[in-house]
Amino acid sequence: MNLTLKIWRQPDASSAGAMHTYQLADVSEDMSFLEMLDVLNEQLNAEGEEPIAFDSDCREGICGACGLMINGDAHGPEVTTTCQLHMRSFKDGETITIEPWRSEGFPVVKDLIVDRSAFDRIIQQGGYVSVNTGSAPEAHSVPVPKEDADRAFNVATCIGCGACVAACPNGSASLFMGAKITHLGLLPQGQPERDERVVNMVAQHDFEGFGGCTNIGACTAACPKEIPLDVISQLNKDLRTAIRHGH
Amino acid sequence: MSHDTVMTADHDDAAGYYTPGSPLVDTKAPDAPIAERWETRKFEARLVNPANRRKLNVIIVGTGLAGASAAATMGEAGYHVKTFCYQDSPRRAHSIAAQGGINAAKNYKEDGDSVHRLFYDTVKGGDYRSRESNVYRLAEVSTNIIDQCVAQGVPFAREYGGLLDNRSFGGVQVSRTFYARGQTGQQLLIGAYQALERQIAAGTVAMYSRHEMLELVVADGKARGIIARDMVTGEIQTHLADVVVLASGGYGNVFYLSTNAMGSNVTAAWRAHRKGAYMANPCYTQIHPTCIPVTGTHQSKLTLMSESLRNDGRIWVPKNQADCDKDPRDIPEEDRDYYLERIYPAFGNLVPRDIASRAAKYQCDDGRGVGPEVDGVRRGVYLDFADAIERLGRDAVENKYGNLFDMYARITGEDPYAVPMRIYPAVHYVMGGLWVDYDLQSTIPGLFVTGEANFSDHGANRLGASALMQGLADGYFVLPHTIRDYLADGPFEPIAEDHPAVVEARASVEGRIEHFLTVNGERSVDSYHRELGNIMWEYCGMERTEDGLKKAIDLIRSLKDDFYRNVKVLGSAETLNQSLEKAGRVADFFELGELMCIDALNRRESCGGHFRGESQTEDGEALRHDDEFAYVSAWEWAGEDAAPVLHKEDLVYSAIEMKQRSYK
Repeated sequence: MNLTLKIWRQPDASSAGAMHTYQLADVSEDMSFLEMLDVLNEQLNAEGEEPIAFDSDCREGICGACGLMINGDAHGPEVTTTCQLHMRSFKDGETITIEPWRSEGFPVVKDLIVDRSAFDRIIQQGGYVSVNTGSAPEAHSVPVPKEDADRAFNVATCIGCGACVAACPNGSASLFMGAKITHLGLLPQGQPERDERVVNMVAQHDFEGFGGCTNIGACTAACPKEIPLDVISQLNKDLRTAIRHGH
Repeated sequence: MSHDTVMTADHDDAAGYYTPGSPLVDTKAPDAPIAERWETRKFEARLVNPANRRKLNVIIVGTGLAGASAAATMGEAGYHVKTFCYQDSPRRAHSIAAQGGINAAKNYKEDGDSVHRLFYDTVKGGDYRSRESNVYRLAEVSTNIIDQCVAQGVPFAREYGGLLDNRSFGGVQVSRTFYARGQTGQQLLIGAYQALERQIAAGTVAMYSRHEMLELVVADGKARGIIARDMVTGEIQTHLADVVVLASGGYGNVFYLSTNAMGSNVTAAWRAHRKGAYMANPCYTQIHPTCIPVTGTHQSKLTLMSESLRNDGRIWVPKNQADCDKDPRDIPEEDRDYYLERIYPAFGNLVPRDIASRAAKYQCDDGRGVGPEVDGVRRGVYLDFADAIERLGRDAVENKYGNLFDMYARITGEDPYAVPMRIYPAVHYVMGGLWVDYDLQSTIPGLFVTGEANFSDHGANRLGASALMQGLADGYFVLPHTIRDYLADGPFEPIAEDHPAVVEARASVEGRIEHFLTVNGERSVDSYHRELGNIMWEYCGMERTEDGLKKAIDLIRSLKDDFYRNVKVLGSAETLNQSLEKAGRVADFFELGELMCIDALNRRESCGGHFRGESQTEDGEALRHDDEFAYVSAWEWAGEDAAPVLHKEDLVYSAIEMKQRSYK
């Protein structure tokens, strides 16, 4: 197929960016979206234009490195990561608009690459269990109901890609945060620090410039791991509880 | 470029390609019965008192299971840690992609498992080419890993009673694999990442993401730091410390196409190799039989699908070449060749990874592969679930393999419930890596190596669910003990930024970058990488021969030469520049690839993932030669134009008897 690509190019964080238009011919429908960009980059390199910078690493949908706004949708038209999106989801002759994640919390680094280090800083504020290496009790000493363990796993599958933020009109990272609060809150190991965790993570989230949640649900619709919206209800409940406990 | 020619034994296929060196011995494993070695070593390794730990600086490169776990643990202990990763966040390291599970000798199933059995299975699985002291210790600490991960909140699969579930994995007869659906690596890595982030918040660990180590600083015979490039600003930075740990993963991307992440590379390890760290068994590569085939030259990576598919799927190709482009459903039963069931009636589709992989290659070489033609050959075989669906029903198959079928459908656009899947082998893991002693210390004092980056535990073949075990064993429970014996002599005398070793290392990095940006040739970095990968896959892949390997060495040398003269890297050194990053990595892959071929040439036997066409039984099975090759090949860099030096570490087994495997 032949495509017209409108792509955001920005030399670095401090320079202004703009949309550039490129033509790409003979795209195979078996290519992944990122392989299509690889082919475009080969073409640009041959023509003497610097290739387009974009993040990707595992290219199998699990590391969370990739993520593009494709025709206005985070990760494009399918419920998957950008690396697992294939060109058969597009039509010959189509014009595709490709932009970086759009959020104040994720400043652009170059072209399609953004800085998501705010997510790491949110985790630093309590997205863990305080247990030093070697001090763990025998694994079978605390049984966990299967239902809780399964749900904890389901929400722990978050890959930290940032699509939830990119999709949210408020630029909120509540789904990302709620997934971690819910994961650790469902397990006995997560209880001792439960109040402190939610209070500190939410404070960091707001400090980073992410917006508040108004229950639109665009985040969960864009999430490649289908993290459910009710993790945000859990987040709010945990926060209320923590405040009631005097935090 | 000239290469020294040296005399070696007449029967040595690699004669002329290397220089024989002195034998190598691990002096760190205590001379005690195998079950007491680790306790003895932990007791004998000197302690560093908590007040002194604050004065000691540790650099850790890589934040996968082996790096993040070590950084968190060393931070908790009170050392000053600096951690580096090339990704935008430590959570993205490629450990995250491991699917199957993690082994541990908990014996929760009371099915006869024990530390000794896990040790035995791992040595046997490695085809008797691993060091037994290290493997025994790995099995010993495996149980601590599960305790630690559960305490961190890793959501392992559980039974209805609330206790941890186990499954059997990779052809062993006990159920010792802990898992979190098909995403065990992700959950374990997030556990280690969270422990790491906790230490970053506590101020014991400083994290440098989007930083790539480009050179090792070796001053006065000790590893004392690294030169790193800030991948956003291009700044070349010097980081100095008392000790350096490489946890930088494996080098499967030397094959260009592999199941590794796009950024996985050998540069950190290779730069250390060039500074004096020996590279051990570089030719030991694991090739996984059930990956999604290549669709065209645009292919950038390969995706693995769990081996569990072979439990119910039947593998076949058409008997006649003329049928290869037909719809498989139109090929009648009598025209199908279920070749694994035919050749290996006892194990059938469940033969080990290397046998299944090689058999698929032979069918395709024979012109009976299926799927699209790439470069004139169809490289794929069918994995057919029609019988399973008829026997168990579609729902049962969907319950068992639904997520894998979905993944396959998403990537290929085909419905595997209706049409047989197509699979082909792909490079998945490397058992080779930097040589380390029992303390995980390389041949450079003060340089320690953990996880896939070292060679120590898997011999010539790694068992399923053992990579995660090794990464976390090294990082949480082994390195933090062994490194203190080295650090007990520290803090070492500070070295200045104008120390000749620092100046040399920085100049080397800057010179390389300058070179790549000024060649201004005709070909992209990727095009060279792809061509190198084709050479490696063709001649140093599933089957290696003397002629093929010698041809590969010539091809690699001339391609490398061309690369330095004709590569085209645009952009500048002062900004984020992905072509420049790749150029440095590919340059190192050339040198590694050549060494892998020389190593494979020297080892004229078949063992584990290394199959030499000249060394097979009448039935085409791998044939080991324990009388000649029961050693670790540890290669020393001898200089740009010199042949590498081979040091042999003899493998001695006191607790296990060497046997030849058979799967017929």
